[in-house]
Amino acid sequence: MSKPTIFSTFTVERVYPAPPSRVFSALSDPVKKRRWYAEGEGFVVDSYSLDFRVGGFERTRFRPVGGPDMTNDGVYLEILPEERVVFAYSMTIAGQPLSSSLGTMELRREGDGTRLRYTEQIAHTSGIDATADRIQGTEELFEVLGKELETHP
Amino acid sequence: MLQQSLDQVFHALSDGTRRAMIERLAAGPASVTELSTPFSMSLSAIGQHVQLLEASGLVTTQKKGRVRMVELKTETLIGAELWFEVHRARWERRLDRLGCLLEEEAANPETPKPGKRP
Repeated sequence: MSKPTIFSTFTVERVYPAPPSRVFSALSDPVKKRRWYAEGEGFVVDSYSLDFRVGGFERTRFRPVGGPDMTNDGVYLEILPEERVVFAYSMTIAGQPLSSSLGTMELRREGDGTRLRYTEQIAHTSGIDATADRIQGTEELFEVLGKELETHP
Repeated sequence: MLQQSLDQVFHALSDGTRRAMIERLAAGPASVTELSTPFSMSLSAIGQHVQLLEASGLVTTQKKGRVRMVELKTETLIGAELWFEVHRARWERRLDRLGCLLEEEAANPETPKPGKRP
């Protein structure tokens, strides 16, 4: 029997002291996008390409230092300059599917800055069984996790 | 779940190599040797990562003949919530890096883009 598909959604928000035009430029310019999206501490980027237009692809080949090959491939579905970007993407690790997602970036001017809200709706296809025993203390977990993210951004 | 084990889980997930191993194990159990194949590190280094993952309760290992098999213990991934948080944490770090990039741009407006010849 195939592995169960698990669905989840999350939202991450930031307010940046830069106008929407500059934030949008960091989403659409391949050199800038690679720097914050693909590059990251502990990861090696083997290749990155971005064709920022509706129907255009974005492809990343990368791996954790000393780790297995991973892919992150997506396509742009909607682009409303300086306001909204919608894309779909899938991730694999060592050739195995991990997840497929719909990602939406929303930009809103806020004072002299920009509020960026990213929402992702994910289908996790890697077979983690969500029906496994429910944990005690989920709230405690998220509290600890919140602190962890603050300490190690 | 005890505070101590939570700390161990977060410590285990704080390392990129161990996160990659967890993601690999999500595709199914593997022997320590199989686990080490895609990694360019020694078997003993892989063994230390596996030990740490086992101590945190994220994986179980079992000796079958001469082979040690490693299996993901999904209960410890807290149903799936913690797994989702690994995914979200990627985006938290990304948007923080975007913030750094925008700050650098504001500080050096004349800096030519990397990759462009002057």
